[in-house]
Amino acid sequence: MNILQQISDQIDLGDDEKVYELTTTAIEQKIPVKQILDEGLLQGMNIVGRKFKEHEIFLPEVLMAAKAMNAGMELVKPLLLSGNVPMKARVVIGTVRGDLHDIGKNLVGVMLKGAGFEIIDLGNDVTPERFIETAKAEGAQFIGMSALLTTTMPVMKEVVDRIRSENLEDKIRTLIGGAAVSKGYAEEIGATAYCYDGSNAIDYLNSVI
Amino acid sequence: MKPVLDRINQGEILVCDGAMGSLLMDRAKEYWQGTCPEYINLSHPEIIEEIAGLYIRAGADIIETNTFGGSPLKLAGYSLHDKTEEINHAAIKAAKKASGNKAYIAASIGPSGKLLKPFGDTEPEEMYKSFYRQIDVSIDAGADMICIETMTDLNEALLAVEATRKISASIPVIVTMTYEYTSRGFFTIIGISIEMAIKKLENSGVDIIGSNCGNGIENLVLIAKEYKKHTRLPLIIQANAGIPELREGVPVYPETPEFMAKKCEELIQIGVSIIGGCCGTTPAHIHAIRNVVDLNNSQCPQLSRSSDR
Repeated sequence: MNILQQISDQIDLGDDEKVYELTTTAIEQKIPVKQILDEGLLQGMNIVGRKFKEHEIFLPEVLMAAKAMNAGMELVKPLLLSGNVPMKARVVIGTVRGDLHDIGKNLVGVMLKGAGFEIIDLGNDVTPERFIETAKAEGAQFIGMSALLTTTMPVMKEVVDRIRSENLEDKIRTLIGGAAVSKGYAEEIGATAYCYDGSNAIDYLNSVI
Repeated sequence: MKPVLDRINQGEILVCDGAMGSLLMDRAKEYWQGTCPEYINLSHPEIIEEIAGLYIRAGADIIETNTFGGSPLKLAGYSLHDKTEEINHAAIKAAKKASGNKAYIAASIGPSGKLLKPFGDTEPEEMYKSFYRQIDVSIDAGADMICIETMTDLNEALLAVEATRKISASIPVIVTMTYEYTSRGFFTIIGISIEMAIKKLENSGVDIIGSNCGNGIENLVLIAKEYKKHTRLPLIIQANAGIPELREGVPVYPETPEFMAKKCEELIQIGVSIIGGCCGTTPAHIHAIRNVVDLNNSQCPQLSRSSDR
């Protein structure tokens, strides 16, 4: 079997040691690093993302797969940086001010990382200022916000409004999600996109970058 | 008060309280900026007492304490783990003061916020110790029951049960799990089905099992049916007041007290023993549920309503 296919399969199985070994071999075989990334590591996470979406697998399997993918990423990343292969995009994520529910947000972070995005995770209870200042300072093109409570959802609107008033709409786009949030709410407050879960967010990001 | 399990075993249906968080938000939001809701137990116990009082007056037989995030592992996120004992003790004291021995005090034990190895980074031993510390002080402070709730990882729930049973062989223990509806049925985000949960929980020393949060009352009716298929343990159901909807730009929980109470008739028919509310429910919801439950209890021949309430 093709070694890239094997990397992908081992990510699906969540075996970090195998992924590390296979990625090492692939690099030694002088397979272009971009190809190792796309057809091996990211391909594996794509499969995992699809299975998660279809409820064939759950959080533990996704986390194990992400660990395995990161084992390969460690080897590939320095080569990518030196070879000027760009990372896909930078995304600042966090649970909004007043809200401490971060399980869903963490999962989205893991899956986005797995799909090749660079994630800056601000944790929970994040103020609008912090979201925007971080995105500006880090040159992130996206802000992903999560809220579980109806009482904290309006913070998402604050972020969207602030981006608008600072004329940053073309530079920073907003993604929102979380148990209380809906597509209707995203439209209402003018967020760029509503993402139901991690794989949904990946689909959206891949469609716009 | 008569032991809570005796009342359940005689066929009485008990009412548990509703949401704590939203009432706390209304009253005390400014007090917990930068810290956690459990800190209110120490700083403003009178607010905790007031909320418990509202639910008792609405007709709750069981009051849950404001200790959902009161395990040292969770409190560590706010550097409050050193105050685990004080925070949990104060919560139970406030609830007891409100109850005046008219309602059972159930110590709320929520998830640790950590994920167990191998997919997470926390050792089972560390999580066990964290639950042990919270539950130990809760029982010591006089909790009547332990309510291990909103669990999605079965192993985490089992560690909390094990810790409880190590401390007390007799205190009634509730475990509720939170499920999500999928095309393949109900699963927790960790991938635990109702049947899997019951299989493990039945042999763990728990007295009452069920589900809370994550869903409105209609899905919880379906969940209750599924539970009943697989177990003879008494059941507890605490639904959210639906999933938030937008009304003129403001998100609200859509299920009214009347709607939830009407659906509770189905829970009663299924044979659920304890009915309460979760996110978005209010004393008005609990009052409406109380009325439906009273009607049923009054028709239950084994119950002599005059005694022991």
